[in-house]
Amino acid sequence: MSNPNFDYYARAKRELDHDHGHEHGHDEHAPLNEHDSGPPSDHEIMSRAMQELLEEKGMITAEQVRRRMELFDEEFPYRGSRVIARAWSDPAFKQRLLADGRAACAEMGIALESERLIAVENTPDVHNIIVCTLCSCYPRALLGMPPTWYKSRNYRSRVVFEPRAVLREFGTALPDHVTVRVHDSNADMRYVVIPMRPEGTEGWSEEQLAAILTRDTLVGATVPRVGA
Amino acid sequence: MAGGAQGRWAFQSSYTPAPGHHFEVGDRVVVKRAYPPGHRRTPYYIRGKQGVIERICGAFPNPEELAYGFSGEPVKTLYRVRFSQKHVWPRYAGPAQDVIEMEIFEHWLEPAPREATPVGGAARA
Repeated sequence: MSNPNFDYYARAKRELDHDHGHEHGHDEHAPLNEHDSGPPSDHEIMSRAMQELLEEKGMITAEQVRRRMELFDEEFPYRGSRVIARAWSDPAFKQRLLADGRAACAEMGIALESERLIAVENTPDVHNIIVCTLCSCYPRALLGMPPTWYKSRNYRSRVVFEPRAVLREFGTALPDHVTVRVHDSNADMRYVVIPMRPEGTEGWSEEQLAAILTRDTLVGATVPRVGA
Repeated sequence: MAGGAQGRWAFQSSYTPAPGHHFEVGDRVVVKRAYPPGHRRTPYYIRGKQGVIERICGAFPNPEELAYGFSGEPVKTLYRVRFSQKHVWPRYAGPAQDVIEMEIFEHWLEPAPREATPVGGAARA
């Protein structure tokens, strides 16, 4: 294998196997980012090998992979807020979003690719919250990568059977007359919450509205607040 | 993502038609209490529980086949089913109207027996 990166990963893995049982001296210059210290994991090596094979076959380029990661970090997380701000401002758009989430997003030039989107609406009587108990299904093309807490075993196992306790831990206390509607995102659909538009936002532009539509409000862990 | 994409997607529904589906919205169903090995998208905690069809999502490749490199065909009808929390978790501490909803493929569903458990929640999508 001529690729020097591959050799690096293979060598690092051999060193990891060798190193077992040895005491390591403390390195005061060690990077603070724990993920990037030490040899790569088996999954990193497999992922790297797969990417290199696909590059060698001309199916993808490193630039495409980099661009994709950049989109996830730089663009996708802001899409959801824009879509819901539009729904708050335009009742007809909200109805189209509720009827067919992907088509409504497409109207705004947001292509959700394979994702089927279901928008669920909070009302004075209903609060919605999203989870994926089986893994970490999440509307990534709309909200970016899921937060760590969304992927945690704690959240995934508890929010289905004690959603009100979990919501209180997020600072969201709901009166008993409100129906809590938990959505287990366990198969092909992806979900976004349309929160209730708070008082004091009358006349706001979509941009202003988008600013209070934070990620956690779109998952249903909390509700948007003015001046928060 | 700009201009052209908008035109291409503007009138395309994201929902796949599901010809030949067996259940309708509002039908009472029971999730099969089965524990086959392999990749399943039906959570353990909902097996054997009764609910109501909330909506028909469409027809999708079967994930139980896709997971092993098969085509996933024939496609299966996917439903969203609403369950009463008090029914799913006998010790559920919240009010009686709270609900949990999830997606269940048709081959995991059977018609509920006549004396079906009531499903709370006036919530309607």
